[in-house]
Amino acid sequence: MCLAIPAQVSHLAGDESGMATVDIMGVRRKVSMQLLEDDPPGIGDWVLVHVGFAMSKISEEQAADQLEILRQLGEADAAEEELRGGGALG
Amino acid sequence: MKYVDEFRDPHLLRNALGEIRSLVERGREYRIMEVCGGHTHSIFRFGLKELLPPEVELIHGPGCPVCVLPMGRIDDGLDLANDPNVIFTAFGDMMRVPGSKGSPLESKARGADVRIVYSPLDALRIAQQHPDRRVIFFAIGFETTAPSTALTLLKARELGVSNFAVFSNHVTILPAIWAILESPDMRLDGFIGPGHVSTVIGCRPFEFIARDYGCPIVVSGFEPADILQSLVMILRQLRARQSKVENQYGRVVPWHGNKAALAVLAEVFEIRPHFEWRGLGFISQSALRVREKYAAWDAEKVMPIRGVCVADPKAAQCGEVLKGVLKPHECKLFGKECTPEHPIGALMVSSEGACAAHFKYAGISLRVISG
Repeated sequence: MCLAIPAQVSHLAGDESGMATVDIMGVRRKVSMQLLEDDPPGIGDWVLVHVGFAMSKISEEQAADQLEILRQLGEADAAEEELRGGGALG
Repeated sequence: MKYVDEFRDPHLLRNALGEIRSLVERGREYRIMEVCGGHTHSIFRFGLKELLPPEVELIHGPGCPVCVLPMGRIDDGLDLANDPNVIFTAFGDMMRVPGSKGSPLESKARGADVRIVYSPLDALRIAQQHPDRRVIFFAIGFETTAPSTALTLLKARELGVSNFAVFSNHVTILPAIWAILESPDMRLDGFIGPGHVSTVIGCRPFEFIARDYGCPIVVSGFEPADILQSLVMILRQLRARQSKVENQYGRVVPWHGNKAALAVLAEVFEIRPHFEWRGLGFISQSALRVREKYAAWDAEKVMPIRGVCVADPKAAQCGEVLKGVLKPHECKLFGKECTPEHPIGALMVSSEGACAAHFKYAGISLRVISG
């Protein structure tokens, strides 16, 4: 659970909830952007998500690297299963 | 031997390994601890230990949240789960962690309402869907995870969700490093610093390690090339008789951390006087509890909790492995009574635990150094 999952922002709630819809490994999910309020991401930006909260903004290349290491560590499937089980938007 | 040929940048690895070899002084022993369980997993998965010169030894540190959680806290949590009015929620990593009377998964099999969540926000949503039930979020993790719990608690207050409560088992990494440095049977030459914890706390809090203990510490990414590059940076410092904090993972970790995350941590949590760590014993000021002003969402205030202390199984040597005094396979139970299918110690549960990683990946090595 140390390892964060890269995701791309696809929709911003635009209200005070600080929520955004992101694509995480092909799964759409709502995550909180509240920890990035000093430098809020825009649509299309990549972020590292940890337990439903975006932790840092990263480049697309870093996102690809992070996804690759999750795959190599065998964590990608487990992460996807968690995402689906945890109330993904479908 | 398993080969990992799909690796993307073998030339980077070869260069780093070459530099590591050139920096190592003959006859000197280098004991380097990787603090974070994510690094432990990566080191075993890619067989990095076998690539290093024999002088460099990697010691696996305490940075796996489920591995350091004492049995008593799991027992306390499962006592709550056995209340038919309670929905007990926790991350998937927690489900097979053994307490003295079994794991959350076993409680579920016996009829308790135990649910896996991906985020504390999922637990809050369950509370909204079941206003007649008490929903407990069994919170674990270091500074990486604690801000998420804190924000969720604040959201529960904002939305007026009164049946949601956090059972905080959040711990902080610095006192654990300090305890290890103060341990009389420990000698370390440097640290690979945790990556994602540092996105929250930044690099500066590690300065005491370099200043007071003379140990270099390099905050590192998780790819094999990151870890080897961090070792190069540590060995360069040792060669130059220096000790300072460096950031190899600057592409993700800001030097000063995440201000918003630190602010919400300070708002919701305070430091406990002491907290028990599995294998390491009680460590002063090493964990977070919910502040009094948020007591209505603190499971330790709104639910009866016994606060039990349970000794670890006598034969298991998790403490020695956690401190790096023993290697995983040197424990008497390793691979015999204690396996990932039937874990006795928590280090065998999570893939970030040294024992599970060793069990799963022992013998794996990369074929990147040929040529």
